[in-house]
Amino acid sequence: MPASIMTKNAARDAARASKRRGPPLAWVGWAFLIAVAAVTVAYIAVKAWSQPILFLQNFLDGLKLGFVYALIALGYTMVYGIVKLINFAHGDVFMVGAFTSFYAVSRFGLHEWPAALFPGIPSGLSILIGTLTVILLSMAVCVVLAVTIERVAYKPLRDAPRITALITAIGVSFFLEFFGALPFVYTGRFIPYKSPFPTQAWYVQDGIHPIVSGQASPDNTLSFSNIFLIIAAASILVQVLLQFIVKRTKIGIAMRAASYDKPTARLMGINVDRVISFTFAIGAAFAGLGGVLYAIAYSSIWSQMGILPGLKAFVAAVLGGIGSIPGAFVGALIMGQAESMTMSYISTPMRDAVAFAILIIVLLVKPTGLFGEPAQEKA
Amino acid sequence: MELGYLIGTVAKMGALVAWIYGLLWGLSRERKWQKALTIVAAFAVIQLVILSRVGGLALFSAFDQGLLFQAITMTMVALGLNLIYGFNGQFSLAQWGFYGIGAYCAADITYRWSNGDASGLVVAGLGVMLGAAALFGVGAFLKRKRGVPVLSAFTFYLIAIVIAGIVAARIGQPLAASMKSGFGTADAPGALASPATMQIVFFLAVVIAGAFAAEASFIFGLPVLSLGSDYFGIATLGFAIIVKTLLVNTDTILPFPEMKGGRGMIGIPKLLPFANAADGEASGFQVALGAWTPAWLWIFLFFVLALVLIRNFVRSSTGRAALAVREDEIAARAMGVDVAKNKLLVFVAGSFLAGVGGGIYAHYMGFLSPGSFDFIAGFNPLIVVVFGGLGSMTGSIVASFGWIFFLEGLLRVLLGQLGTDAPSWRLVLYPIALILLMLVRPKGLLGTVEWGFLKAEGASRIRKKAAAKREGD
Repeated sequence: MPASIMTKNAARDAARASKRRGPPLAWVGWAFLIAVAAVTVAYIAVKAWSQPILFLQNFLDGLKLGFVYALIALGYTMVYGIVKLINFAHGDVFMVGAFTSFYAVSRFGLHEWPAALFPGIPSGLSILIGTLTVILLSMAVCVVLAVTIERVAYKPLRDAPRITALITAIGVSFFLEFFGALPFVYTGRFIPYKSPFPTQAWYVQDGIHPIVSGQASPDNTLSFSNIFLIIAAASILVQVLLQFIVKRTKIGIAMRAASYDKPTARLMGINVDRVISFTFAIGAAFAGLGGVLYAIAYSSIWSQMGILPGLKAFVAAVLGGIGSIPGAFVGALIMGQAESMTMSYISTPMRDAVAFAILIIVLLVKPTGLFGEPAQEKA
Repeated sequence: MELGYLIGTVAKMGALVAWIYGLLWGLSRERKWQKALTIVAAFAVIQLVILSRVGGLALFSAFDQGLLFQAITMTMVALGLNLIYGFNGQFSLAQWGFYGIGAYCAADITYRWSNGDASGLVVAGLGVMLGAAALFGVGAFLKRKRGVPVLSAFTFYLIAIVIAGIVAARIGQPLAASMKSGFGTADAPGALASPATMQIVFFLAVVIAGAFAAEASFIFGLPVLSLGSDYFGIATLGFAIIVKTLLVNTDTILPFPEMKGGRGMIGIPKLLPFANAADGEASGFQVALGAWTPAWLWIFLFFVLALVLIRNFVRSSTGRAALAVREDEIAARAMGVDVAKNKLLVFVAGSFLAGVGGGIYAHYMGFLSPGSFDFIAGFNPLIVVVFGGLGSMTGSIVASFGWIFFLEGLLRVLLGQLGTDAPSWRLVLYPIALILLMLVRPKGLLGTVEWGFLKAEGASRIRKKAAAKREGD
């Protein structure tokens, strides 16, 4: 008797399954998402229509934030692509980059060395070389730090369960944050940051005019500064450079091979440990660059400044499809826009909430992210 | 002085571990009266220590009691997290968020009640009950339509729970207003404002806080648990950040002016360890019998309930299924375990414990600040669970006590004596210890060792007894 019921049920299920295509009630979820998206877009569109200049200004601010996130997100996406580890300490490497440049500029005046060494040099060139030196120094410090972290904390755990490495990463991150907060290191206070080059802003009204300090720019105009241009240029340059490294150079090919299949890559004569260290190094270098630019743009640093930008950059990397470099860039730009629009049109404190809500929704709809390739089951 | 304090703390710590061991051992006895006696004795020992004075000095100072209470709430949070992460393998950072939700929920209920307003209890109680009914109703509905995608199921549950919440508020507020007369005036307190009622309200508030956290975890966990393990971790971290953000804005974004947003919620009725509070704090919770107040009774009661709950959950078929899911999801699915449902159930159970722990925390602190529910503090239960050993309930309990007494108590005091800057070293030492532990002994201090009551062999002993009985017949 039970067997006959079972067959009857199975037959009914089969009949049902043949009648419909796809899972039942799937439209409800889609309708919900589309409704939420439509309401959000409509809300922002109405606001943008009433104040288009403000909207454009928000867009520019979001772009600035997004370009910085893109620099951090690269490190997350590359490291995750190769070792499948959320490198929580990456955000703190970013913080160390910012602090290194702070000490270089404010304490030691490193950005003035060309002017001090060669007094006849034109001031523009001096500033350019000085700033580049500061940035390179920060990047170098970040590289050393990241490679040390990788060697000391992550390498021994290469074969351990992934979650062990994740907890270690959290531990490293905490160590950097709270060691940084010690009074003789960076202190736990917000520190005003002195930019190594003078800021120049412009406003747009029938052409581009410079904003003179002490003189108010006209109301309701779009303004931007040289910092924005530098951040955008640096971020895009880094993307191109990284694309070149990953696609064209030998080490880039080794990185891709290692991320695809480590044991086979090892059999092919690739030194996987060296490749992993290189990945950490290159990610840290870009995080250091991002740290300096972030500090210049927002002119205030503290020992826990890396946590939230780091997390959001990771979210951006996941959003774009983890392991994908253009994905990280696009994801970061989306995160920047989301944050800027939320701050302006919804409520400032909710910007973190919106970032994570976007992450959850994207993962539900497309678990591999926007640009991610379908995950292969690997051992 | 420092050495004396050190020895004293170590001795107290050792005594407490022995106490835990005794409690667990006694609970593992076969006969009912033995278990009952153990519970009474375990309660009485600490109660006597709290009350006793040696030469006018408290044997167990107010600071130590605070640590003890803190250790027990940490135990609950850690046990819940161990259930989620240790037994089910879901790396969750949201536990601290549910802890915060529970704390604020319970605090709001008793705060309103002590101010002559029943709306907190009535609306939250109704909301939790209607919400549970709505969730079960939708669950039954979705069960008939097999294979509904997660997103659609989430939409249904969300709509159902929002409707339940609105209905609860609509029914509850007039109901609460009609109870207003029961509170009486400040001069002539009515029946509802009596200390005895307050105790019941406290109990209900803590349970409702747990249920509220559990329902929140259901709604959050349903979509998020279907993500992979790392993504789940990040999403739960996001949840913790969102909760903190909302708690900072309780008076602006959320409609709870009494929670006072980032300034912190004050005036929560306190569970006082002593009736003759020297600092003269008035409290709705004092039912004084001489020097005795029911603070320790409540906390002990919830502690034992949490122990029994977690042990029975882990040793139930759901708990065994959870272990199977942790070891291998595909194999578990092949054995007929509904993996998604199992994960969700474990997540909800763990969050319930976090909510209860939060409810208790709110009432011995008497003050809540969103800063204490920061996601950075949210790593504490994770560190405790990892220290104690993933999948070891005993480990979580002992590590919670050790964590609170050594790191919060001892280290804070000792470093405080070394200089004003020294306490910030505390937070540098935690991560170093964590990294070293991960590198040297990733299994945690106790591995999977269990003591007495929490051991799995209880079942085999019962079976042996049944077999002996059969042979005797």
